[in-house]
Amino acid sequence: MKKYQLDLIVRRVERLRDDYVVLHLTHHQPLPTMLPGQFVEVKVDKSPTTFLRRPISINFVDEANNELWLLVHVVGEGTRAMANLECGSKLDCLLPLGNGYMMPETPGGRYLLIGGGVGTAPLLYYGYMLRNCGCEPTFLLGGRTADDVMQLGLFEQTGPTYVTTEDGSMGECGYVTAHTVLGRQSFDRIATCGPKPMMMAVAAYAAAHGIECEASLENLMACGLGACLCCVEKTDEGNVCVCKDGPVFNVKRLQWQNSK
Amino acid sequence: MAKLEVNIGSLRLKNPVLTASGTFGYGLEFADFIDLNALGGFIVKGTTLHPRQGNDYPRMVETASGMLNCVGLQNKGVDYFCDVIYPQLSGFDTNVIVNVSGSSPDEYAECAARIARLERVPAIELNISCPNVKDGGMAFGVTVSGAASVVRAVRKAYPKTLIVKLSPNVTDIVEIAKAVEGEGADCVSLINTLMGMAIDIERRRPMLSISTGGLSGPAVKPVALRMVWQVARAVNIPVIGLGGIMNARDAIEFLMAGATAIQVGTANFIDPSVTVKIVKGMDEWLEAHGCKSVDEIIGALNV
Repeated sequence: MKKYQLDLIVRRVERLRDDYVVLHLTHHQPLPTMLPGQFVEVKVDKSPTTFLRRPISINFVDEANNELWLLVHVVGEGTRAMANLECGSKLDCLLPLGNGYMMPETPGGRYLLIGGGVGTAPLLYYGYMLRNCGCEPTFLLGGRTADDVMQLGLFEQTGPTYVTTEDGSMGECGYVTAHTVLGRQSFDRIATCGPKPMMMAVAAYAAAHGIECEASLENLMACGLGACLCCVEKTDEGNVCVCKDGPVFNVKRLQWQNSK
Repeated sequence: MAKLEVNIGSLRLKNPVLTASGTFGYGLEFADFIDLNALGGFIVKGTTLHPRQGNDYPRMVETASGMLNCVGLQNKGVDYFCDVIYPQLSGFDTNVIVNVSGSSPDEYAECAARIARLERVPAIELNISCPNVKDGGMAFGVTVSGAASVVRAVRKAYPKTLIVKLSPNVTDIVEIAKAVEGEGADCVSLINTLMGMAIDIERRRPMLSISTGGLSGPAVKPVALRMVWQVARAVNIPVIGLGGIMNARDAIEFLMAGATAIQVGTANFIDPSVTVKIVKGMDEWLEAHGCKSVDEIIGALNV
Protein backbone atom coordinates (compact mmCIF):
# COMPACT_ATOMS: atom_id res chain seq x y z
CA MET A 1 0.00 0.00 0.00
CA LYS A 2 1.25 3.44 -0.84
CA LYS A 3 2.28 5.49 2.18
CA TYR A 4 1.59 9.18 2.51
CA GLN A 5 2.99 12.11 4.46
CA LEU A 6 0.02 14.35 5.12
CA ASP A 7 -0.69 17.40 7.21
CA LEU A 8 -3.93 16.25 8.79
CA ILE A 9 -6.20 18.77 10.44
CA VAL A 10 -7.46 18.33 13.99
CA ARG A 11 -11.23 18.56 13.79
CA ARG A 12 -11.99 17.58 17.36
CA VAL A 13 -10.19 16.41 20.50
CA GLU A 14 -12.56 14.12 22.37
CA ARG A 15 -11.60 13.67 26.02
CA LEU A 16 -12.43 10.17 27.29
CA ARG A 17 -10.60 10.59 30.56
CA ASP A 18 -7.86 12.83 31.95
CA ASP A 19 -5.20 10.80 30.20
CA TYR A 20 -7.08 9.44 27.19
CA VAL A 21 -8.19 11.42 24.16
CA VAL A 22 -9.48 10.56 20.72
CA LEU A 23 -8.09 12.85 18.03
CA HIS A 24 -10.53 13.29 15.17
CA LEU A 25 -8.37 14.15 12.16
CA THR A 26 -9.37 15.08 8.66
CA HIS A 27 -7.85 16.28 5.41
CA HIS A 28 -8.98 18.52 2.60
CA GLN A 29 -8.77 15.52 0.27
CA PRO A 30 -10.22 12.06 0.84
CA LEU A 31 -8.06 10.15 3.31
CA PRO A 32 -6.12 7.21 1.89
CA THR A 33 -7.48 3.70 2.36
CA MET A 34 -6.44 2.31 5.75
CA LEU A 35 -6.79 -1.19 7.11
CA PRO A 36 -7.59 -2.17 10.70
CA GLY A 37 -4.41 -2.81 12.66
CA GLN A 38 -2.32 -0.37 10.63
CA PHE A 39 -0.85 2.67 12.34
CA VAL A 40 0.18 6.28 11.89
CA GLU A 41 3.52 7.93 12.77
CA VAL A 42 2.72 11.34 14.24
CA LYS A 43 5.18 14.21 14.36
CA VAL A 44 4.79 16.05 17.62
CA ASP A 45 5.40 19.78 17.64
CA LYS A 46 5.35 22.01 20.70
CA SER A 47 7.20 19.45 22.80
CA PRO A 48 10.93 20.23 22.81
CA THR A 49 11.77 16.96 24.53
CA THR A 50 10.00 14.86 21.89
CA PHE A 51 12.45 14.03 19.13
CA LEU A 52 10.96 11.08 17.29
CA ARG A 53 7.51 10.57 15.84
CA ARG A 54 4.95 8.68 17.90
CA PRO A 55 3.37 5.55 16.45
CA ILE A 56 -0.37 5.46 17.14
CA SER A 57 -2.74 2.74 15.98
CA ILE A 58 -5.78 3.52 13.86
CA ASN A 59 -8.78 3.57 16.17
CA PHE A 60 -11.44 4.18 13.54
CA VAL A 61 -11.92 5.53 10.04
CA ASP A 62 -15.17 7.41 9.59
CA GLU A 63 -15.38 7.46 5.81
CA ALA A 64 -18.63 9.42 5.70
CA ASN A 65 -16.99 12.30 7.52
CA ASN A 66 -13.50 11.76 6.06
CA GLU A 67 -12.16 11.33 9.60
CA LEU A 68 -9.35 9.29 11.06
CA TRP A 69 -9.51 8.64 14.79
CA LEU A 70 -6.44 8.12 16.94
CA LEU A 71 -6.89 7.03 20.55
CA VAL A 72 -4.01 8.53 22.49
CA HIS A 73 -3.00 7.50 25.99
CA VAL A 74 -1.03 10.29 27.64
CA VAL A 75 2.11 8.61 28.96
CA GLY A 76 4.76 11.28 28.41
CA GLU A 77 5.55 14.67 26.95
CA GLY A 78 4.88 13.68 23.34
CA THR A 79 1.45 12.19 23.92
CA ARG A 80 0.61 15.09 26.27
CA ALA A 81 1.34 17.56 23.48
CA MET A 82 -0.93 15.52 21.21
CA ALA A 83 -3.72 15.57 23.78
CA ASN A 84 -3.37 19.35 24.04
CA LEU A 85 -3.73 19.98 20.31
CA GLU A 86 -6.18 22.68 19.37
CA CYS A 87 -8.95 22.28 16.83
CA GLY A 88 -7.80 23.43 13.42
CA SER A 89 -4.13 22.73 14.07
CA LYS A 90 -2.13 20.58 11.69
CA LEU A 91 -0.55 17.25 12.47
CA ASP A 92 2.19 15.85 10.21
CA CYS A 93 1.36 12.15 9.83
CA LEU A 94 2.86 9.23 7.93
CA LEU A 95 0.16 6.75 7.00
CA PRO A 96 -0.98 4.08 6.63
CA LEU A 97 1.93 2.06 8.03
CA GLY A 98 2.43 -1.65 8.66
CA ASN A 99 0.22 -4.63 8.01
CA GLY A 100 -3.24 -4.89 9.51
CA TYR A 101 -5.32 -7.75 10.81
CA MET A 102 -6.43 -10.40 8.35
CA MET A 103 -9.58 -9.42 6.52
CA PRO A 104 -11.96 -12.29 5.76
CA GLU A 105 -12.46 -13.57 2.24
CA THR A 106 -15.86 -15.03 3.04
CA PRO A 107 -18.65 -13.82 5.37
CA GLY A 108 -19.92 -15.56 8.45
CA GLY A 109 -16.82 -16.02 10.58
CA ARG A 110 -17.09 -15.67 14.35
CA TYR A 111 -14.30 -13.39 15.54
CA LEU A 112 -13.31 -12.73 19.10
CA LEU A 113 -11.43 -9.46 19.52
CA ILE A 114 -9.64 -9.22 22.87
CA GLY A 115 -8.19 -5.90 23.96
CA GLY A 116 -6.63 -4.49 27.10
CA GLY A 117 -6.29 -0.83 28.05
CA VAL A 118 -5.35 1.42 25.13
CA GLY A 119 -4.85 -1.80 23.14
CA THR A 120 -8.59 -1.88 22.51
CA ALA A 121 -8.12 1.01 20.07
CA PRO A 122 -7.52 -0.87 16.79
CA LEU A 123 -10.18 -3.47 17.61
CA LEU A 124 -13.00 -0.97 17.19
CA TYR A 125 -12.17 -0.40 13.52
CA TYR A 126 -11.40 -4.08 12.99
CA GLY A 127 -14.74 -5.12 14.45
CA TYR A 128 -16.55 -2.53 12.35
CA MET A 129 -14.87 -3.75 9.17
CA LEU A 130 -15.53 -7.39 10.05
CA ARG A 131 -19.20 -6.63 10.53
CA ASN A 132 -19.24 -4.85 7.14
CA CYS A 133 -17.83 -8.04 5.64
CA GLY A 134 -20.68 -10.07 7.07
CA CYS A 135 -18.73 -11.56 9.96
CA GLU A 136 -19.69 -11.60 13.63
CA PRO A 137 -17.28 -9.70 15.85
CA THR A 138 -17.47 -10.23 19.60
CA PHE A 139 -15.45 -7.96 21.85
CA LEU A 140 -13.78 -8.86 25.11
CA LEU A 141 -12.28 -5.81 26.77
CA GLY A 142 -10.06 -5.84 29.83
CA GLY A 143 -8.92 -3.15 32.21
CA ARG A 144 -7.59 -2.71 35.72
CA THR A 145 -10.72 -0.78 36.63
CA ALA A 146 -13.90 0.39 34.89
CA ASP A 147 -12.11 3.65 34.02
CA ASP A 148 -9.75 1.74 31.75
CA VAL A 149 -12.54 0.53 29.49
CA MET A 150 -12.81 3.08 26.70
CA GLN A 151 -15.44 3.61 24.00
CA LEU A 152 -17.72 0.96 25.46
CA GLY A 153 -20.80 2.35 23.71
CA LEU A 154 -19.13 2.20 20.30
CA PHE A 155 -18.04 -1.39 20.84
CA GLU A 156 -21.55 -2.36 21.94
CA GLN A 157 -22.99 -0.83 18.76
CA THR A 158 -20.62 -2.96 16.70
CA GLY A 159 -21.06 -6.35 18.33
CA PRO A 160 -21.64 -8.25 21.58
CA THR A 161 -19.22 -6.81 24.12
CA TYR A 162 -17.94 -8.39 27.34
CA VAL A 163 -15.76 -6.76 29.95
CA THR A 164 -13.39 -7.90 32.65
CA THR A 165 -11.73 -5.69 35.23
CA GLU A 166 -9.08 -6.68 37.72
CA ASP A 167 -10.94 -4.99 40.57
CA GLY A 168 -14.39 -6.13 39.46
CA SER A 169 -15.66 -2.56 39.03
CA MET A 170 -17.12 -3.45 35.62
CA GLY A 171 -18.01 -6.79 34.05
CA GLU A 172 -16.46 -9.94 35.41
CA CYS A 173 -13.63 -9.74 37.92
CA GLY A 174 -10.26 -11.00 36.70
CA TYR A 175 -8.33 -11.32 33.48
CA VAL A 176 -9.80 -11.51 29.98
CA THR A 177 -8.68 -15.11 29.53
CA ALA A 178 -10.86 -16.17 32.49
CA HIS A 179 -14.08 -14.62 31.16
CA THR A 180 -17.03 -17.05 31.12
CA VAL A 181 -17.92 -16.17 27.51
CA LEU A 182 -14.93 -18.26 26.47
CA GLY A 183 -16.63 -21.32 27.95
CA ARG A 184 -20.06 -20.57 26.54
CA GLN A 185 -19.25 -19.74 22.93
CA SER A 186 -16.85 -20.92 20.30
CA PHE A 187 -14.94 -18.72 17.89
CA ASP A 188 -13.22 -19.24 14.54
CA ARG A 189 -10.52 -16.63 15.01
CA ILE A 190 -9.09 -14.41 17.70
CA ALA A 191 -7.41 -11.03 17.38
CA THR A 192 -5.75 -9.29 20.30
CA CYS A 193 -4.01 -6.08 21.22
CA GLY A 194 -2.87 -4.89 24.62
CA PRO A 195 -0.21 -5.49 27.25
CA LYS A 196 2.18 -8.25 26.27
CA PRO A 197 1.41 -10.56 29.22
CA MET A 198 -2.28 -10.38 28.24
CA MET A 199 -1.54 -11.13 24.59
CA MET A 200 0.70 -14.02 25.60
CA ALA A 201 -2.13 -15.46 27.69
CA VAL A 202 -4.56 -15.00 24.79
CA ALA A 203 -2.09 -16.67 22.42
CA ALA A 204 -1.77 -19.60 24.82
CA TYR A 205 -5.57 -19.90 25.04
CA ALA A 206 -5.84 -19.83 21.23
CA ALA A 207 -3.13 -22.46 20.85
CA ALA A 208 -4.78 -24.71 23.43
CA HIS A 209 -8.08 -24.50 21.58
CA GLY A 210 -6.68 -24.70 18.08
CA ILE A 211 -7.90 -21.23 17.09
CA GLU A 212 -5.98 -18.98 14.70
CA CYS A 213 -4.88 -15.86 16.54
CA GLU A 214 -3.31 -12.57 15.53
CA ALA A 215 -1.70 -10.09 17.91
CA SER A 216 -0.66 -6.48 17.37
CA LEU A 217 2.66 -5.49 18.95
CA GLU A 218 3.81 -2.04 20.00
CA ASN A 219 7.59 -2.23 20.22
CA LEU A 220 9.49 1.05 20.50
CA MET A 221 9.97 2.48 17.05
CA ALA A 222 11.99 5.21 15.42
CA CYS A 223 11.19 5.41 11.70
CA GLY A 224 8.02 3.29 11.35
CA LEU A 225 9.09 2.42 7.80
CA GLY A 226 11.41 -0.57 8.23
CA ALA A 227 14.56 1.49 7.79
CA CYS A 228 16.11 1.78 11.25
CA LEU A 229 15.58 -1.83 12.43
CA CYS A 230 15.00 -0.69 16.01
CA CYS A 231 11.58 -2.21 16.70
CA VAL A 232 12.47 -5.83 16.04
CA GLU A 233 10.66 -8.85 17.41
CA LYS A 234 12.00 -12.40 17.42
CA THR A 235 9.99 -14.62 15.08
CA ASP A 236 10.31 -17.93 13.27
CA GLU A 237 12.23 -15.95 10.63
CA GLY A 238 14.58 -14.24 13.09
CA ASN A 239 14.40 -10.56 14.01
CA VAL A 240 11.79 -8.75 11.95
CA CYS A 241 10.55 -5.16 12.11
CA VAL A 242 7.28 -4.72 13.97
CA CYS A 243 6.65 -1.54 11.96
CA LYS A 244 6.97 -3.11 8.53
CA ASP A 245 6.42 -6.84 8.94
CA GLY A 246 3.82 -6.25 11.68
CA PRO A 247 2.52 -4.73 13.83
CA VAL A 248 0.02 -7.57 13.45
CA PHE A 249 1.47 -11.07 13.54
CA ASN A 250 -0.02 -14.54 13.63
CA VAL A 251 0.98 -15.56 17.14
CA LYS A 252 2.45 -18.82 15.81
CA ARG A 253 5.31 -16.74 14.40
CA LEU A 254 6.15 -15.07 17.70
CA GLN A 255 8.69 -16.24 20.25
CA TRP A 256 7.53 -13.72 22.88
CA GLN A 257 11.01 -12.97 24.12
CA ASN A 258 10.54 -9.26 24.69
CA SER A 259 7.95 -9.84 27.35
CA LYS A 260 8.81 -6.89 29.55
CA MET B 1 19.54 27.50 -9.83
CA ALA B 2 23.06 27.16 -8.46
CA LYS B 3 25.34 24.38 -9.60
CA LEU B 4 25.09 21.70 -6.94
CA GLU B 5 27.20 19.01 -8.59
CA VAL B 6 30.23 17.79 -6.64
CA ASN B 7 32.81 15.06 -7.17
CA ILE B 8 34.10 12.48 -4.71
CA GLY B 9 37.16 11.19 -6.52
CA SER B 10 35.78 9.89 -9.80
CA LEU B 11 32.26 9.69 -8.38
CA ARG B 12 29.96 12.45 -9.61
CA LEU B 13 27.10 13.50 -7.35
CA LYS B 14 24.32 15.64 -8.81
CA ASN B 15 24.16 17.37 -5.46
CA PRO B 16 25.99 16.99 -2.14
CA VAL B 17 23.11 15.27 -0.31
CA LEU B 18 23.47 11.58 0.51
CA THR B 19 21.69 9.47 3.09
CA ALA B 20 23.51 7.84 5.97
CA SER B 21 23.72 4.08 6.12
CA GLY B 22 21.30 2.44 8.52
CA THR B 23 18.85 5.31 8.40
CA PHE B 24 17.47 4.88 4.91
CA GLY B 25 16.98 1.12 4.56
CA TYR B 26 17.58 0.20 0.93
CA GLY B 27 16.12 3.50 -0.22
CA LEU B 28 12.96 1.74 -1.38
CA GLU B 29 11.34 2.30 2.02
CA PHE B 30 11.33 6.03 1.20
CA ALA B 31 10.21 5.84 -2.43
CA ASP B 32 6.60 6.69 -1.53
CA PHE B 33 7.73 9.97 0.02
CA ILE B 34 10.47 11.31 -2.24
CA ASP B 35 11.94 10.96 -5.71
CA LEU B 36 15.12 9.04 -4.92
CA ASN B 37 16.65 10.35 -8.14
CA ALA B 38 16.63 13.84 -6.64
CA LEU B 39 19.42 12.82 -4.23
CA GLY B 40 23.15 12.89 -4.79
CA GLY B 41 22.98 9.26 -3.78
CA PHE B 42 21.90 6.96 -1.05
CA ILE B 43 23.96 4.67 1.11
CA VAL B 44 22.21 1.42 1.88
CA LYS B 45 22.33 -0.32 5.21
CA GLY B 46 25.46 -2.01 6.55
CA THR B 47 26.09 -5.21 4.64
CA THR B 48 28.26 -8.10 5.78
CA LEU B 49 29.57 -11.21 4.06
CA HIS B 50 27.22 -13.41 6.09
CA PRO B 51 23.71 -12.65 7.40
CA ARG B 52 23.51 -11.14 10.88
CA GLN B 53 20.61 -11.05 13.32
CA GLY B 54 21.84 -7.95 15.16
CA ASN B 55 21.32 -7.34 18.85
CA ASP B 56 18.30 -8.09 20.99
CA TYR B 57 15.46 -5.65 21.56
CA PRO B 58 15.39 -2.98 22.99
CA ARG B 59 17.68 -1.38 20.47
CA MET B 60 16.64 2.24 20.64
CA VAL B 61 16.02 4.96 23.16
CA GLU B 62 15.06 8.55 22.55
CA THR B 63 17.41 11.02 24.27
CA ALA B 64 17.73 14.79 24.48
CA SER B 65 17.81 16.02 20.86
CA GLY B 66 18.73 12.60 19.59
CA MET B 67 18.58 8.90 20.03
CA LEU B 68 20.72 5.92 20.96
CA ASN B 69 20.66 2.73 18.94
CA CYS B 70 22.32 -0.65 19.22
CA VAL B 71 20.92 -2.37 16.13
CA GLY B 72 24.20 -4.21 15.59
CA LEU B 73 24.37 -4.55 11.79
CA GLN B 74 21.31 -6.72 11.27
CA ASN B 75 21.29 -7.61 7.58
CA LYS B 76 20.69 -10.56 5.29
CA GLY B 77 24.22 -10.70 3.93
CA VAL B 78 25.91 -9.55 0.72
CA ASP B 79 24.48 -12.29 -1.49
CA TYR B 80 20.94 -11.30 -0.52
CA PHE B 81 21.80 -7.73 -1.40
CA CYS B 82 23.25 -8.71 -4.78
CA ASP B 83 20.49 -11.16 -5.72
CA VAL B 84 17.35 -9.60 -4.25
CA ILE B 85 17.89 -5.90 -3.53
CA TYR B 86 20.27 -4.82 -6.28
CA PRO B 87 17.90 -5.67 -9.15
CA GLN B 88 15.32 -3.37 -7.53
CA LEU B 89 17.82 -0.51 -7.25
CA SER B 90 19.60 -0.64 -10.58
CA GLY B 91 16.98 1.43 -12.39
CA PHE B 92 17.51 4.56 -10.32
CA ASP B 93 19.33 7.55 -11.77
CA THR B 94 21.35 8.26 -8.64
CA ASN B 95 24.35 6.77 -6.89
CA VAL B 96 23.64 3.65 -4.89
CA ILE B 97 26.47 3.19 -2.42
CA VAL B 98 26.75 0.11 -0.22
CA ASN B 99 28.00 0.32 3.35
CA VAL B 100 30.24 -2.68 4.05
CA SER B 101 31.18 -4.16 7.40
CA GLY B 102 32.92 -7.29 8.63
CA SER B 103 34.78 -9.07 11.41
CA SER B 104 38.17 -9.37 9.72
CA PRO B 105 40.04 -7.58 6.92
CA ASP B 106 39.53 -10.63 4.70
CA GLU B 107 35.81 -10.62 5.33
CA TYR B 108 35.57 -6.92 4.46
CA ALA B 109 37.59 -7.55 1.31
CA GLU B 110 35.48 -10.50 0.17
CA CYS B 111 32.27 -8.57 0.74
CA ALA B 112 33.69 -5.58 -1.17
CA ALA B 113 34.82 -7.81 -4.03
CA ARG B 114 31.30 -9.18 -4.48
CA ILE B 115 29.86 -5.68 -4.56
CA ALA B 116 32.56 -4.54 -7.02
CA ARG B 117 30.89 -6.80 -9.61
CA LEU B 118 27.66 -4.81 -9.44
CA GLU B 119 27.83 -2.44 -12.36
CA ARG B 120 25.39 0.14 -10.95
CA VAL B 121 27.11 0.47 -7.57
CA PRO B 122 29.93 2.97 -8.12
CA ALA B 123 31.23 3.14 -4.55
CA ILE B 124 31.27 1.49 -1.17
CA GLU B 125 31.53 2.97 2.27
CA LEU B 126 33.60 0.91 4.68
CA ASN B 127 32.13 0.82 8.13
CA ILE B 128 35.05 0.58 10.54
CA SER B 129 33.10 2.47 13.15
CA CYS B 130 29.98 0.56 14.22
CA PRO B 131 29.94 0.78 18.03
CA ASN B 132 27.37 -2.00 18.44
CA VAL B 133 29.11 -5.20 17.42
CA LYS B 134 31.61 -7.15 19.50
CA ASP B 135 33.82 -8.33 16.67
CA GLY B 136 35.02 -5.99 13.97
CA GLY B 137 33.18 -2.75 13.36
CA MET B 138 34.55 -0.07 15.62
CA ALA B 139 37.32 -2.35 16.88
CA PHE B 140 39.13 -1.60 13.60
CA GLY B 141 38.27 2.06 13.48
CA VAL B 142 39.74 3.13 16.79
CA THR B 143 43.39 2.39 16.09
CA VAL B 144 45.62 3.55 13.27
CA SER B 145 46.86 0.01 12.63
CA GLY B 146 43.35 -1.50 12.68
CA ALA B 147 41.93 1.08 10.32
CA ALA B 148 44.89 0.75 7.99
CA SER B 149 44.66 -3.04 7.92
CA VAL B 150 41.06 -3.07 6.74
CA VAL B 151 41.54 -0.36 4.13
CA ARG B 152 44.68 -2.08 2.81
CA ALA B 153 42.84 -5.38 2.37
CA VAL B 154 39.80 -3.79 0.75
CA ARG B 155 41.79 -1.49 -1.53
CA LYS B 156 43.34 -4.56 -3.19
CA ALA B 157 39.91 -6.09 -3.76
CA TYR B 158 37.93 -3.01 -4.71
CA PRO B 159 38.87 -0.80 -7.66
CA LYS B 160 36.01 1.71 -7.53
CA THR B 161 35.44 4.67 -5.22
CA LEU B 162 36.27 3.69 -1.66
CA ILE B 163 34.83 5.77 1.15
CA VAL B 164 35.84 4.99 4.74
CA LYS B 165 33.47 5.91 7.56
CA LEU B 166 35.31 7.01 10.67
CA SER B 167 34.48 6.63 14.33
CA PRO B 168 34.39 9.66 16.62
CA ASN B 169 35.16 7.41 19.59
CA VAL B 170 38.90 8.02 19.33
CA THR B 171 41.51 10.28 20.86
CA ASP B 172 42.58 11.79 17.56
CA ILE B 173 40.38 11.28 14.51
CA VAL B 174 42.90 13.13 12.31
CA GLU B 175 45.55 10.46 12.64
CA ILE B 176 43.03 7.74 11.72
CA ALA B 177 41.91 9.77 8.69
CA LYS B 178 45.52 10.21 7.58
CA ALA B 179 46.20 6.50 7.96
CA VAL B 180 43.16 5.64 5.88
CA GLU B 181 44.21 8.14 3.23
CA GLY B 182 47.68 6.61 3.24
CA GLU B 183 46.20 3.20 2.39
CA GLY B 184 44.46 4.52 -0.67
CA ALA B 185 40.97 5.50 0.46
CA ASP B 186 39.30 7.90 -1.98
CA CYS B 187 37.25 9.66 0.68
CA VAL B 188 36.45 9.64 4.39
CA SER B 189 32.98 10.08 5.85
CA LEU B 190 32.49 11.17 9.43
CA ILE B 191 31.15 10.83 12.02
CA ASN B 192 29.57 7.52 12.90
CA THR B 193 27.63 7.55 16.18
CA LEU B 194 29.14 8.52 19.51
CA MET B 195 29.01 5.76 22.11
CA GLY B 196 26.51 6.52 24.81
CA MET B 197 24.21 5.08 27.41
CA ALA B 198 20.81 5.62 29.03
CA ILE B 199 19.52 4.17 32.29
CA ASP B 200 16.08 3.28 33.59
CA ILE B 201 16.46 4.36 37.21
CA GLU B 202 13.33 2.53 38.42
CA ARG B 203 14.62 -0.80 37.20
CA ARG B 204 18.28 0.15 37.72
CA ARG B 205 18.99 -1.24 34.31
CA PRO B 206 20.41 0.09 31.04
CA MET B 207 17.73 1.06 28.54
CA LEU B 208 19.45 -0.83 25.73
CA SER B 209 19.88 -4.59 25.44
CA ILE B 210 23.66 -4.42 25.22
CA SER B 211 23.88 -1.53 27.73
CA THR B 212 25.55 0.94 25.35
CA GLY B 213 24.61 2.30 21.96
CA GLY B 214 25.46 4.92 19.39
CA LEU B 215 24.19 8.47 19.83
CA SER B 216 22.91 10.32 16.78
CA GLY B 217 20.79 13.33 16.00
CA PRO B 218 21.27 17.07 16.57
CA ALA B 219 22.88 16.35 19.94
CA VAL B 220 26.06 15.23 18.17
CA LYS B 221 26.21 17.92 15.50
CA PRO B 222 28.75 20.25 17.16
CA VAL B 223 31.11 17.33 17.76
CA ALA B 224 30.71 16.12 14.19
CA LEU B 225 31.26 19.57 12.77
CA ARG B 226 34.45 20.03 14.78
CA MET B 227 35.82 16.69 13.60
CA VAL B 228 34.96 17.35 9.95
CA TRP B 229 36.74 20.68 10.17
CA GLN B 230 39.84 19.09 11.73
CA VAL B 231 39.99 16.23 9.23
CA ALA B 232 39.24 18.33 6.14
CA ARG B 233 42.25 20.54 6.90
CA ALA B 234 44.53 17.55 7.41
CA VAL B 235 43.83 15.26 4.44
CA ASN B 236 43.93 15.74 0.67
CA ILE B 237 40.98 13.47 -0.14
CA PRO B 238 37.35 14.65 -0.04
CA VAL B 239 35.45 14.50 3.22
CA ILE B 240 31.77 13.63 3.60
CA GLY B 241 30.26 15.20 6.71
CA LEU B 242 27.46 13.78 8.79
CA GLY B 243 26.13 13.95 12.31
CA GLY B 244 22.84 15.52 13.30
CA ILE B 245 22.03 17.29 10.05
CA MET B 246 18.35 18.22 10.20
CA ASN B 247 18.04 20.96 7.58
CA ALA B 248 19.81 22.90 4.85
CA ARG B 249 21.49 25.29 7.30
CA ASP B 250 23.08 22.37 9.13
CA ALA B 251 24.23 20.92 5.81
CA ILE B 252 25.80 24.23 4.77
CA GLU B 253 27.69 24.38 8.06
CA PHE B 254 29.33 21.06 7.22
CA LEU B 255 30.21 22.23 3.71
CA MET B 256 31.79 25.39 5.09
CA ALA B 257 33.75 23.26 7.55
CA GLY B 258 35.28 21.51 4.57
CA ALA B 259 32.94 18.67 3.62
CA THR B 260 32.43 18.12 -0.11
CA ALA B 261 29.17 16.28 0.51
CA ILE B 262 26.96 15.48 3.46
CA GLN B 263 24.83 12.60 4.70
CA VAL B 264 21.44 12.90 6.32
CA GLY B 265 20.80 10.20 8.91
CA THR B 266 18.52 10.31 11.91
CA ALA B 267 16.49 13.17 10.38
CA ASN B 268 15.06 10.64 7.90
CA PHE B 269 13.20 9.03 10.81
CA ILE B 270 11.44 12.25 11.66
CA ASP B 271 10.78 13.51 8.16
CA PRO B 272 11.13 10.99 5.33
CA SER B 273 11.22 13.83 2.81
CA VAL B 274 13.87 15.88 4.63
CA THR B 275 16.61 15.06 2.11
CA VAL B 276 14.87 16.71 -0.83
CA LYS B 277 14.03 19.68 1.38
CA ILE B 278 17.74 20.00 2.17
CA VAL B 279 18.68 19.94 -1.52
CA LYS B 280 16.11 22.65 -2.19
CA GLY B 281 17.11 24.70 0.84
CA MET B 282 20.76 24.52 -0.09
CA ASP B 283 19.99 25.75 -3.60
CA GLU B 284 17.86 28.60 -2.28
CA TRP B 285 20.56 29.66 0.16
CA LEU B 286 23.21 29.69 -2.57
CA GLU B 287 20.94 31.73 -4.84
CA ALA B 288 20.13 34.18 -2.07
CA HIS B 289 23.82 34.65 -1.36
CA GLY B 290 24.87 35.11 -4.97
CA CYS B 291 26.74 31.82 -5.22
CA LYS B 292 26.76 30.25 -8.66
CA SER B 293 28.11 26.95 -7.42
CA VAL B 294 28.20 24.97 -4.22
CA ASP B 295 31.99 24.83 -4.70
CA GLU B 296 32.09 28.43 -3.50
CA ILE B 297 31.13 27.43 0.03
CA ILE B 298 33.02 24.16 0.46
CA GLY B 299 35.74 24.83 3.01
CA ALA B 300 34.96 28.53 2.72
CA LEU B 301 35.17 29.18 6.43
CA ASN B 302 36.73 32.44 7.58
CA VAL B 303 38.80 31.59 10.59
